[in-house]
Parts: sequence; C-alpha cells; structure tokens
Amino acid sequence: MTGRDSTVRGMMGIVGGVVEGLAAFVDGCVGRLDDIFDGVRRRGLKDVLLAVFLLGPSLVVLGAFGVAPLVAAVYMSLFGGKYGVGPFVGLGNYVEALGSGAFWRSFVVTVYYAAGTIPITMALSFVVAYGLFRIVRGRGLFRTVYFLPYVTSAVAAAMVWRAILNPQFGLANYVLGQLGLAPHNWLLEPRSILYLVSDGRVPAWAGPSLALCCVILFEVWHSSGFMIVIFLAGLTAIPRELEEAARIDGASVFQVIRRIILPLLSPTLFFLAIVSAIKAFQAFNSFYALTGDGRGPVDTTQNMIVYIYSNFYEYQRWGYGTAVATLLCIAIVTLTVLQWRFVGRRVHYE
Amino acid sequence: MIRKTLPFLALTLGAAVTAFPFFWMITAAFKTLSEATNPSLSLFPAQWQWQNFVATFQAAPFGTYFFNSFVVAFAVTAGVVLTSLMAGYAFARLDFPGRHMLFALVLATMMVPFEITLIPNFALIHKLGWYNTYPALIVPWCANAFSIFLMRQAFMGLPGDYFDAAKVDGCGHLRFLIRIAVPLVKPAMVTVGLFAFLGSYNSLIWPLVVTSEDTMRVVQVGLTVFSGAEGVRLHLLMCASTIVILPTVALYFAAQKYFLEASLGAGIKG
Repeated sequence: MTGRDSTVRGMMGIVGGVVEGLAAFVDGCVGRLDDIFDGVRRRGLKDVLLAVFLLGPSLVVLGAFGVAPLVAAVYMSLFGGKYGVGPFVGLGNYVEALGSGAFWRSFVVTVYYAAGTIPITMALSFVVAYGLFRIVRGRGLFRTVYFLPYVTSAVAAAMVWRAILNPQFGLANYVLGQLGLAPHNWLLEPRSILYLVSDGRVPAWAGPSLALCCVILFEVWHSSGFMIVIFLAGLTAIPRELEEAARIDGASVFQVIRRIILPLLSPTLFFLAIVSAIKAFQAFNSFYALTGDGRGPVDTTQNMIVYIYSNFYEYQRWGYGTAVATLLCIAIVTLTVLQWRFVGRRVHYE
Repeated sequence: MIRKTLPFLALTLGAAVTAFPFFWMITAAFKTLSEATNPSLSLFPAQWQWQNFVATFQAAPFGTYFFNSFVVAFAVTAGVVLTSLMAGYAFARLDFPGRHMLFALVLATMMVPFEITLIPNFALIHKLGWYNTYPALIVPWCANAFSIFLMRQAFMGLPGDYFDAAKVDGCGHLRFLIRIAVPLVKPAMVTVGLFAFLGSYNSLIWPLVVTSEDTMRVVQVGLTVFSGAEGVRLHLLMCASTIVILPTVALYFAAQKYFLEASLGAGIKG
C-alpha cells in the first residue's frame, strides 16, 4: 500500500514538475512578448499590434471556415454538374429545386418535424420544470436524470431507440402485443400516423409518417433536459410573493400559470422558440442515426439537411446542394425575423 | 397530501421514462444475443456477459475510434479555449480602431447555419490536402463566435482597477492576461471547454464527410458504420453504444455544476 502511495506521489511530483516547468516557460515567453510590445512607443500602434496577435488565430479560422464558405456557397450554387465544376447555369439550380417534388417533400418533412418537436418539447419541459420548481425534495436528483439524455451522443442513443422500436424483436411491439394491440413497423413505417390512427380514413400520404413521428419523439426525449434547466432557472427568478399573493386571493394553479408565470417567463419562452426553431431546421444526427441513411422509409424522413447531404455526398451534385442550402438559409433567416417581428413584440420584459 | 405526492409521483414516472433507454441499453449490453433479441420483459440478463465488451472491441476497431475521438476532442477543446481567451481579452480590454465592427462581424458568424458552409468547406479541405487527416477534423472547429462572446463577457466583468494596478507594477497585457485574468475567469473557461468537448465528441456530419478510412474514423461515425454492418448483433451494438456514451456521462457527473451553468449561459446570454 505504502509502496504504491510513494509511486503515486513520485508520479505526481514528476507531473507537477513538468507542469511547473511549462508554466515557467510560458511565463518567460509571455514576458518576452510583453517586452516586445512594450518596445513599441506609440500607444495606439501597440494596442493594434497586440490585437492582431490576440485576434489573429480566431479570425483566420472564422474567416476561412465561417465567412469565406458562405460566399463560396452562393458562387458554387450557380454551377451545374458534379463536384461544382460543371457549366455555369445561373439560377438554374434554384429553378430546378423549386420545381422538384423531392425538394418540397423534404421541406414538408422539415416543417412537420419543427411543428412536432417544438411545441411538444416546450410544453413537456415547462410542466416538468414547474413540477420541479414546486417540489422541495429531490429537485437536484430529478434534474440530473432529466438532463442526462442531452449530454449523451444522439448516435448512441438512437441505436438504443432503434432496438426498442425494432418491429421483430423490439420491446415496443412486445408491450403492444401484451396489451392485445397490433404491432407497428415504427421507424420502417412510411404511412402517415393519421392514416394509422384513423383506420385508413385519412390517405396514407397525408401527415407525417410514423417513422418521422418516432424521430420527433426521440428528439423530444433527447432535448427536453436543456429546456427544463432553462425553464427552471426562469421560474426561480420569479418573485415568490407574486404567486403567493395570487393564491391568497383565490387564484387556481392554472390561473397563476396563465396570468402570472407564463407572462413573466415570456422572454425565456421566446428565446427557446427561436433557438429550437433554428435547431429543428438544422437537424441531421438523429435522422441519420435512427433511420440508417437519414431518408427513412420511402424518403418520408428526408428533411432538407438530409436532402442536401444526399445530393452532395451520394450524387456529388455540389452546385445543386449549395443552392438548396442557400434556400434553407433563407428559410431560417425569414423564420427568425418573422418570429422576432410578430412574437417578439408580445414578449414582456421587466 | 395528494397535492404534495401527485407531482412527486408524476416526476418520478417521467424520470423513469427518461432513464429507461439507458437502463435497457446497459442491461442489453450484458446479455447474450438470443436474450437481447428475445422480446420479453426479462429486464436483467440471466448471466452478466462481461466478455461482450471484449467481443465488441474485436468486432470493430473501437480502440482506434476512441483514440481519434479523444485526440480530436481534446485538440478542439484546447484550441477553442485558447482562441476564445485571446480574442475575448482583445475585445474586452484592448482599444483598437474597428473594434466594435469586428466584434459585430464575429457575432454575425453565429447566424451562419452550418450546412451552407458544409460543401464549400469540404472543397476547401480537399484543396488543402487535409482529407482523411486530423487537421480536417480539428482546425475548422478551433474558434467559434459563441465562445469568444462568453469569454469577452467574463473579461468585461473584471474590475478595471486590477489592470491599472498591475500596469503600475510594470505588468504588460499578456502577463496580466495569464497571471491575473485567467485564474479569475476560470468558470467561464470551463464552460467554454465543456461545450467544445461535448460538441466535438458528439459531432457526426462533419467527420462523416471528411473521413473515409477506418483508421481516421471517430466513435460517432464508427458506431453508425458498426450498426450498419453489425445491425443484427444487438448485444454488441448496445455494448458499443454504452462505451460511446460513457465518457460524456462521466464528464457530466464530474462537472455537473458547470454543465448546468453552461446551459444557462447559453440560455440567458445567448
């Protein structure tokens, strides 16, 4: 025991020595650099040189991989053929996208996904956060559990969901069977959920496919933790007296929530709505990992990102892919501006 | 009584539903193949099959995947922390012409959706000859606007007197930054670092696109490939998923306080 202890201590000593040596070295270098910058007499110039040194790495990376590709994307979208080096086609790629059935179907999938995930996640997270806010004991433990899916990789979690939703040996169909209900194909089911619940009175193509609904459910599970934590922080910031006063005046829980808590939380709600709308339009990982290729049964889970990805990666149609990406960006920016204009106006700031 | 216990019960139920996939994953990882694919409610394996983990590492080069993931995630974390410290300090403390405009420009890059840059960045990586290399996985992610923003906020929060006092003692900007400012903004640094690590480790689409060789794959890509090739060997797939999830969950439990603060930072300041 003592032998191991001394070994550990010796190793710690070596590590400590190395760290100290490194620190001294960095310190020396920094001192030298400072002296060099101090050598510059004009104060304005000195700050400029320091700024160039400090900002340089960030600006190079952001410029090369954030700003330049934006310009390059718009340029590339004007060319046809493979690998973005085909003939100049002007707005041809845009015209093709807007006239393509696959493009619009991917747009509809994206809208279904956003319209499914955002309200469900927000409502559920609010209810859980309000519950956590009201209970006294175990809040920390509950919060830990609810937040857990958010830190786990969507790919690994998707493997688990795929296994549970497997039509042959999955737990989901087993439970349905035990309850005397018919099994489903879950992630392999291209028919609309409305068709399935209405026993075929609604056509099979109307509404999101059951596969897409599974992806939506997965995302609700995966991202609720983030919203719960933010809602909880918002709730804790509301003065307790407001709620207590209302309750003394005979207001019910629902009246308190509707008239006091939700209005006071509106900046949080607004922020989450904007962030989750942008995220919903950019979702890829869960689609790809849950369905294996992102497209799903009969392309019913092919959202716009998956559509861009398959045009880019499988068909090498870079020009067309960047054109669709540009259209998607326009959609995201438009949506954000609309939310800002019409919802943002109703947000109550103290 | 009911008013007190009902929310508690509902929350417990919700937590159980939330945690169930993890529970199922871990128990399935220890089952035999026939147990794992046998639809029943027998939740625990009859015998805990520890050798599944050995079999998983034999079935696919997960050792290589993990090595790659850690190299990339640590490099990205170090890169992001370093660049955001430097840039955040410059934006908060230095006085140079065009500071506000440059900062606004940096913030504007936050609004550029990732996917529009995907194809041109891929072309750029090819031009640089970085396809199937670590730099392709690391360099594009070594700076981001949100981290710079967070670090700038942290530096702005430091009292100006500190710097004035240090300057009187003959301390330059850089030495002040390393000796005095960095220890004071440690919580913000940890937040930025955690975000960077988690984002890098869990990313899929970029490593999927810029690597094709098995030796360069990271765990997330390796896992999707594995699931395609080994889709039927469910117990091994669950084993693989468990070990892929393990590092981030361990990190989460070790630094939970910072994680929750990090999300709040994203929520309130973002």
